[in-house]
Amino acid sequence: MGRILMKGNEAIAVAAIRGGIDAFFGYPITPQNEIPEYLSKHLLANGKAFVQAESEVAAINMVYGAAGAGARVMTSSSSPGIALKQEGISYLCGAQLPAVIVSVMRGGPGLGGIQPSQADYYQATRGGGNGDYNLIVFGPETIQETVDIMKEAFAIADQYRNPVLVLVDGLIGQMMESIDLDRPVKERNLPPKDYATTGTRNHPGRHIINSLYLDPLELENHNKKLQQKYALVKAQETRYETVDLEDADYVIVAYGTMARIVRSAMETLKKLGIKVGMIRPITIWPYPEAAFDLIKADCKGILCTEMSAGQMLDDVLIANNGRHKVAFYGRMGGMVPDPEEIVAAIKNFSDWVVK
Amino acid sequence: MEVKYAKTKGLTDKPLTYCPGCTHGIVHKLVAEALDELGLLGEAVGIASVGCSVFSYEFFNCDMQQAPHGRACAEATGIKRVRPDLTVFTYQGDGDLASIGIAETIHAANRGENITVIFINNAIYGMTGGQMAPTTLIGQRTTTSQGGRTLAQHGNPIKISEIFAQIEGVAYLERVATFNPKQVLNAKKAIKKAFTYQKEKRGFTMIEVLSTCPVNWGMTPIDALEWVKTSMTPIYPLGLFKDKGDFHE
Amino acid sequence: MNSTCRIRVAGFGGQGVMMFGQMLAYSATHDELNTLWFPSYGPETRGGTANCSVIVSNQTINSPVFKAADHLVVFNMPSLTKFQEQIEQGGLILYNASLIKTAVKSDKALVVGIPINDIAHDLGSLQVANMVMLGAYLELTGLFTDATITEIIKKFMGERKAHMVEINIQAIAAGRKQIRDIGVTYVKTS
Repeated sequence: MGRILMKGNEAIAVAAIRGGIDAFFGYPITPQNEIPEYLSKHLLANGKAFVQAESEVAAINMVYGAAGAGARVMTSSSSPGIALKQEGISYLCGAQLPAVIVSVMRGGPGLGGIQPSQADYYQATRGGGNGDYNLIVFGPETIQETVDIMKEAFAIADQYRNPVLVLVDGLIGQMMESIDLDRPVKERNLPPKDYATTGTRNHPGRHIINSLYLDPLELENHNKKLQQKYALVKAQETRYETVDLEDADYVIVAYGTMARIVRSAMETLKKLGIKVGMIRPITIWPYPEAAFDLIKADCKGILCTEMSAGQMLDDVLIANNGRHKVAFYGRMGGMVPDPEEIVAAIKNFSDWVVK
Repeated sequence: MEVKYAKTKGLTDKPLTYCPGCTHGIVHKLVAEALDELGLLGEAVGIASVGCSVFSYEFFNCDMQQAPHGRACAEATGIKRVRPDLTVFTYQGDGDLASIGIAETIHAANRGENITVIFINNAIYGMTGGQMAPTTLIGQRTTTSQGGRTLAQHGNPIKISEIFAQIEGVAYLERVATFNPKQVLNAKKAIKKAFTYQKEKRGFTMIEVLSTCPVNWGMTPIDALEWVKTSMTPIYPLGLFKDKGDFHE
Repeated sequence: MNSTCRIRVAGFGGQGVMMFGQMLAYSATHDELNTLWFPSYGPETRGGTANCSVIVSNQTINSPVFKAADHLVVFNMPSLTKFQEQIEQGGLILYNASLIKTAVKSDKALVVGIPINDIAHDLGSLQVANMVMLGAYLELTGLFTDATITEIIKKFMGERKAHMVEINIQAIAAGRKQIRDIGVTYVKTS
């Protein structure tokens, strides 16, 4: 099949259907409304579940219930709505339930705005829920990559019994691109859902979905199991792309839409004779720290660029581990930098070095 | 020898953790017996909420999920929507249902979710040590209303059954109590009817059970039962609030 | 085509600005080119000014945002004022001469004005003014054939608006004719 033109949010919904979604629970918020709108029509017409919940809090708990019953479940929201879902996200991780969460970022804090932003990197990778937990977080750069990840997301969540968060900015949600929906998805051997509460007549013993362990030693052991799982995710699922990294005098680090803007800036910089490369994290948790080992020793510096005040910058500094000068250039509040700004930031690198 | 009475198969062998004289144990037994007698244990999924009944997932002998505080009806919605063949119930206290979880509960009721809610109203927060509940009576002393609840400071106790009786999606709603054997038998009848209605896909069913908290009320178990009868039932009258005969589908 | 074309389209909400951009994006997809359409979204599109960006390329499209456009298509005066300086050397500014009566000048771009409201009015429907503009744009740039556009119009209208297909096709033709009548040609110079 040839490529078709689709809006990012609708493509996310279609890809979720390709990924085997059984149920969607959500609450309206701009700029992600096309996702529930599309799914409301297509899930109910195909005997699947869709509920417009009374709140984001209720929606994520419906996700928990349905995931606990063995279904492939999804919710989507935008920044303030994701904030409300943090309670349920922590419970999903504690009870080891798979789910797919889509976050279409808008400017913040508070009610903020509705224009594209990347200011929820902390929210996605550090979380606002309680306890030692991690989400598997993807930060795709195009609608095509978002679709490819969405198709795989339910299987990844099932494999690790952990929520997967697909983090995009409002631009990816609102724009249209020509995409191929039929690209192959990696085959995975998935464990049986031998935890699902499907009634004791359908399985031996009782199944209990729970995150409560009042005995601290028992809770520590539960946490050790979770940490082992996260270590496995780090080893097996970390994804990134490098562009012209080996002989780069300057390395730019960017994810999502910012990485595309950087690609255009790199074309200009090359014409100016500046050797520039890029590290593009595809998973932002786990973070691709190993990519930074590929930077040449006499690199003049690393520029981290985001549509935020510098959140991924923390991970860049950790991964760099003091080896090279690090600079940051960002825009906030829904402002999207154009490639010329990135070109200028590299040309005036020393002005942007992080003290 | 003929067995005249045995512990229901609906409960596990785990000893209950409730305080002496608390009527949670009675209600657990009634719910468990109802599920067993209706042949629903094998298809039942219960939701344990946050509060004294947080460990109910260890006691009910069926599949269970433990929910965040107040969210039991959202969990139940999620389960029921993907597995309509299962019998889904929540077991919630007054803090969980009437305070933090009232939005989830009222909207599940309004959607006519085909689930059963067992609502334990004992007019106090038991688990956290006797704080005021939305259902605490005027004048009742709690650790956060030490001079007694006042209308001016805290407002009136919230009457859940009276509120929910007005919601279209509610198929069956009754307030019962457990302060004497007659009331216990009546409560069981109501719980069985609620599960039967769910099986018949009639919609949202809820049984409010007036319950005791002797420890936090500072009463003997006997006095606590008497207090339910003399002090609670005038504010929370027992009886049928809604019985919508028609089918949900 | 053998390049990347970045187009900015702007006007009042309701003038068919978004549709103009989407027609280009659908046509590009039809012709197996890469394309990206991005709208201004939110409250500003409700009754106020609306704009969208379209990128058409035979190469991978990188940045979805751009400052200077290769082609600027404006449907009203405020949009011209806002965007006329953000144009590439050798670019094209196509404007609605029915609503923009002042002389439009650019030292960077070829400027062409078309009275799209008047032409659409003569066709019998002010609604197709945006398609008159599209016809003029296609005639100037040579981006897509009539066969492609006709197919896209049919898809866009669907069964519900099938009766609108013919007048839209007429509007495209009228726009093309207007360019030929003026006798202007556009060749990108940079």
